[in-house]
Amino acid sequence: MKRLLILGGGTAGTIMANKMRKDLSRDEWDITIVDQYKTHYYQPGFLFIPFGMYKKQDVVKPKGDFFPTGTKVIYSKIDRIEGEKNQVLLDNGVAVKYDYLIIATGAKIAPEETPGLKENLWHKSIYDFYTIEGATALSSYFKTWKGGHLVINIAELPYKCPVAPLEFAFFADAFFTERGMRDKVKITYTTPLSGAFTKPRASQMLGGLMDEKNIEVIPEFYVERIDNEKKEIISYGDEAIPFDCLVSIPTNMGDSMIERSGLAEDLNFVATDKNTLQSKAFDNVFVIGDATNLPTSKAGSVAHFEADVLHENLIAAIEGRPFTASFDGHANCYIETGFGKGTLIDFNYDTEPLPGSFPFPGLGPFGLLKESRMNHYGKLLFRWIYWHILIKGREMPISSQMTMAGKKF
Amino acid sequence: MTQVTIATLQIDLNEERYLTDSSQWNEEVAAEFAKEEGIELTEKHFEVLNFLRQKHEEGVDITIRKVGKSGIVDIKGFYALFPKKPLKKSSRIAGIPKPTSCV
Repeated sequence: MKRLLILGGGTAGTIMANKMRKDLSRDEWDITIVDQYKTHYYQPGFLFIPFGMYKKQDVVKPKGDFFPTGTKVIYSKIDRIEGEKNQVLLDNGVAVKYDYLIIATGAKIAPEETPGLKENLWHKSIYDFYTIEGATALSSYFKTWKGGHLVINIAELPYKCPVAPLEFAFFADAFFTERGMRDKVKITYTTPLSGAFTKPRASQMLGGLMDEKNIEVIPEFYVERIDNEKKEIISYGDEAIPFDCLVSIPTNMGDSMIERSGLAEDLNFVATDKNTLQSKAFDNVFVIGDATNLPTSKAGSVAHFEADVLHENLIAAIEGRPFTASFDGHANCYIETGFGKGTLIDFNYDTEPLPGSFPFPGLGPFGLLKESRMNHYGKLLFRWIYWHILIKGREMPISSQMTMAGKKF
Repeated sequence: MTQVTIATLQIDLNEERYLTDSSQWNEEVAAEFAKEEGIELTEKHFEVLNFLRQKHEEGVDITIRKVGKSGIVDIKGFYALFPKKPLKKSSRIAGIPKPTSCV
């Protein structure tokens, strides 16, 4: 028996298990998934929780429901990967051997990287919305909040779902407007980027929306520490901004197991070939999703597009052929802009988000870089697509390669 | 693209006044760029600039975090040397392309 081992049963790992199980004969191939948690979170849904639009039960399902039959599942922490020995050591010392390994252990917030962030005020007046705990705590807090200065801060790059903090700002504007207290809430958006977003045209469009919604953007703000006594967020440039409520997007890091395995680049992300998705360290180790160090978004859409490429390349490797698929950095993000509208961006390593229509040129139904109700419905519909099509590895009518058709430039 | 002459050296700049060819860089160019940023270069500045140039040659994407772990300066010190936008300013003075932030 040959062995394919997948570390991480989140979005990327689950898609890969489903795709590979269809192709690899059960008589010849064992597929094993290792994950420390039994709950699958629909992470794009976390954003909706602070504003009462989703509840916890809307974003959780058992991981086991989405693994294909004929897969072994081990619920355990991982000690380390021993690449030279083609094995993974679990927390209890048991070694699991592999012929091919897929690392899909994702990224998580590391608030402890910023002094003062995870101290007295954590989940009292400082919140994150990248964990179920943070998102639900913030939901309770907003229910009775009387208003004041709401400061949103991005600690550093890269972080998961690069548009989520913007969506959070837009939702906050709408939420407090609808509650008749927008005049009591000042919203400030602090970011280490040079504008609302990185890519020029999207930054201009989204920056314009921030202006319209009276959200102040403070760019080039790199947080050094939080003063819990004075309730101030302080940058390395010695700018101090007082807050009543701080919503932090903390530093994101890969799993500490990556560091213990000697595979870590900066922040415990795995050095990965940006086109083939093969790890730089070992030929039979591949990396997908947020765990990579690729210069593109850390997002579910990216994991989904990467899965098509990795699927093809892994089969090629197993059959002893050269790689035939190349990942182009494709990302596709619905952006909620509040009041039942949304926008959409589609881009890759080389092409910034451009205006146009998606996925069908000229027809849409979704508009790129413009606000519409249809885009908002697209995002809501996506939750159903995620659970029923995407993580099950089924075909979607969207190409994994970005296309210029329908884009205006 | 514009061409300017610094001392005796003719260099090519892009619209944001970054060198388009990092091999045209020398200490005079660095000093001139630094002057435009209101910075007077010290030995410490040059240590950082050389670190950036070396990383650039190795094809490594440079981040503020990486400079902070370089052993030359910590992040606070990096901000003190190149105030407000340390990575953008130091990259320009080092004659390497503007850092891209990948999102």
